[in-house]
Amino acid sequence: MGRDRSRLITGAAAIPAVFLAIFFVYPVATVVWRGVGGEGLTPLGDLLESARTRDAIVFTFWQATLSTLLTLALALPGAAVIARSSPRAQRRLRALVTIPFVLPTVVVAGAFSELFTTFGLDDGDLRLRHTVWAILIAHVFFNYAVVVRTVGSFWSGLDARMEEQARVLGAGRLRTFTQITLPQLRPALAAASAIVFLFSFTSFGVILVLGGPRQATIETEIYRYAVVRTDFTSGAALAALQLVAVLALVALATRLERARPLTLSTPHRTTVRRGRIGRVANGLAITTLLGLPIGVVIERSLAVGDSHGLANFRALGTRLSMLPAPATDAIRNSLVYAVVATVIALCVGTIAALVVVHGRGAIRHVFDLGLTLPLGTSAVTIGFGILIALDEPPLDLRSSWWIVPIAHSLVGVPFVVRTMVPVLRRIDPALHEAAAVLGASPRRVRREVDLPIASRGMLVGASFAFAVSMGEFGATAFIPRRADTLTAPQALFRLLTTPGELIRGQAMALAVVLMAIVGLAVFVIESARGTGEGTF
Amino acid sequence: MTRPTRLLALTLSCALFAVACSDDTSATTTDTTEAAGPVTITLVTHDSFAVEASLLDAFAETTGITIELLSAGDTGQMISQSILSAGNPLGDVMYGVDNTFLQRALDGELFEPYVAAGLSQVPTEFQIDASNRVTPINFGDVCVNFWNDAIPGDAPTALTDLTDPVNAGQLVVQNPESSSPGLAFLLATIAGTEDWEQFWTDLRANGVSVTPDWESAYYGEFIAGGGGRSMVVSYASSPPAEVMFAAEPLDEAPSSVLLDSCYRQIEFAGVLAGTDHPDEAGRVIEFLLSKAFQDSVPESMFVFPVSDEAELPEVWAAHAQLADAPHILDPAEIEANRDEWTDRWVEIVLG
Repeated sequence: MGRDRSRLITGAAAIPAVFLAIFFVYPVATVVWRGVGGEGLTPLGDLLESARTRDAIVFTFWQATLSTLLTLALALPGAAVIARSSPRAQRRLRALVTIPFVLPTVVVAGAFSELFTTFGLDDGDLRLRHTVWAILIAHVFFNYAVVVRTVGSFWSGLDARMEEQARVLGAGRLRTFTQITLPQLRPALAAASAIVFLFSFTSFGVILVLGGPRQATIETEIYRYAVVRTDFTSGAALAALQLVAVLALVALATRLERARPLTLSTPHRTTVRRGRIGRVANGLAITTLLGLPIGVVIERSLAVGDSHGLANFRALGTRLSMLPAPATDAIRNSLVYAVVATVIALCVGTIAALVVVHGRGAIRHVFDLGLTLPLGTSAVTIGFGILIALDEPPLDLRSSWWIVPIAHSLVGVPFVVRTMVPVLRRIDPALHEAAAVLGASPRRVRREVDLPIASRGMLVGASFAFAVSMGEFGATAFIPRRADTLTAPQALFRLLTTPGELIRGQAMALAVVLMAIVGLAVFVIESARGTGEGTF
Repeated sequence: MTRPTRLLALTLSCALFAVACSDDTSATTTDTTEAAGPVTITLVTHDSFAVEASLLDAFAETTGITIELLSAGDTGQMISQSILSAGNPLGDVMYGVDNTFLQRALDGELFEPYVAAGLSQVPTEFQIDASNRVTPINFGDVCVNFWNDAIPGDAPTALTDLTDPVNAGQLVVQNPESSSPGLAFLLATIAGTEDWEQFWTDLRANGVSVTPDWESAYYGEFIAGGGGRSMVVSYASSPPAEVMFAAEPLDEAPSSVLLDSCYRQIEFAGVLAGTDHPDEAGRVIEFLLSKAFQDSVPESMFVFPVSDEAELPEVWAAHAQLADAPHILDPAEIEANRDEWTDRWVEIVLG
């Protein structure tokens, strides 16, 4: 049976392989080749002679590194809370922390600016505005959920008995954490760090709006050359550099993830109590960091003139002259795209994760690295690549409806793969044997042992894939699309580029609706775990 | 189900899903390339394009031409995409290239000449391409706006008033490297001041703030969005928009335009070279110049129609201010100097 299974997995690998080849490798290779093809490394060499490019490269790395470390530091207590809560509370917390993820940068930047002004941080000694701190704080805001959820769901599956034994044997709380818990969490920490790093590495709006006009990164420089100056050669040279850097980083992360395959797996909830100080500190971090900016957006959505009310929300059903349809239609379009993108991401990502963990040969490494790359690839590279590579029948996707959900799923797949792989890898062979010895059929073992564990990673990935699509990240920004299927973030953006108090209020109301949908959807997706066990 | 069966089921359902996708795709492709019968024309636009569906329906009814809209990002993104896909264009007609980007599009040989009958209604000042590769459709002025109740001194009347110490810390502009109004305002200062480099040196000394885009300037730092600054680079259409979309009905616009700071942006449409339907594409250009469409552009896109026939909506007639002699530069001059100008601007203002 073992060989059959392995062969089958290798066969199924065709789906992610074709997906990756057509929608990522081919377009990106085409666009990079067209830009720098004949000239080799010369354009990159020329670029590296300018201080501006060198500064941008250095800044890209250190801001992404700092963002990752800061996010880990602030989000780990959150992950602990999730890991130790009841399933019901877990679902709520997970849904709640995922909300920031869908907010468009321009809305978040506006909320942060307002907070900076309110607390006097826009100028003077404590200035945050247009500093690297503003960038870091915003990156933590967006990526908090990634760490909390990836690590939290892994953590809740850890066997707490070892920690308890350590405590009984006299180890302090800190020592137990650093020597017992942290090493066990390493695979999930590596996976989460990789995602946060790549997101920060390719961050665009946050750098431009919150970092101020002097900050530049590889990503913003690619945009400047390729889009603003139509200097495709320089743009492609930087895109190639970005790809190589991201490839190296992902390789490192997957190595860390694999380093110590841990085989502790039965969810065994502990009653270890964390100190009150820890709980208060964590609650405070979540409230200020996530709560305040979200609060600003909600307040703005309710503001009507000098009073507050629901007028902005009611108005979303009426078409405004600058939109092709009422904002509610845009919400519907976004929902359809998000469902389709999530299905694609789940199909491709689940198979790929199984291949990475159970498959044989080089293909596992190709998937492990390749399917994570889109997360760290410039939206310009992917968009322009699709534009010039997929432009002829049978694959003229440029004006197809499908290109939007496909591009969304390109960013969703890495989430499914990265969250599933550490979880799948952890499923303990000894557990299978134990179950079999106790008389369970192989089928029952899979249903009652493997599936609950595997589905945990899958659902985390699915909810991120959904949120990515609803919030439209990266890849889609540079893909032409049919105007009749305007999405909610696009509608929001159009509203925000029109003056007038009412319009701005409606834009904020639309942002709140987006947040509510994602919060609700994540909650529903998570609840599926309870009822869906064993059916698939 | 055992794992192999489950995996097989998963694979099959994914494959089915993929087949469903590809089926639909091929259907759309054949739709657009069909030569006989009713023709579909793809109109490539920037993201700010908007049109009443009823106008498109009426056009389809009288001509048999269905217009399909393709949004391609902002103007800069649309032009780079079109240059990349020249020869195998994204669509049949492009709308939205403006005079600051025009030369780049012309150099990229994106368009086929088309002489529109509707041009007879368009003043010659808008017809800046002598060989009719592009047709003017609308214009809009980029101007410094100020909030009437919030300015510290008298209402500014000249560009040089912006460097007056009384207006210190009041102005917010966009980076011309990343923003279309930002670039237009830089061009206005190049055309409208004796020494633009000195002007920007003075502006910097007077505490000008720079944002990457219009939204973070207007809604982030300008007083309209709760910011602290009373002057912003925006559009001549912003004061009427503030009236149209005020939370409480207003008699007067809360903001005004500094007429000496206005740069004229003219937006054009053109038939994309390589289209299979040049005749129908031409009719779409005529549609964009028709009275019905021209009448609709103020409310749907916050720009002014080029056609003499068009009528401005009431709010616009009452609250929109247009400069008699806005600044404007030759597209070829802009293209030849743009990178140098913006590099210099970065040194002066951000360096």
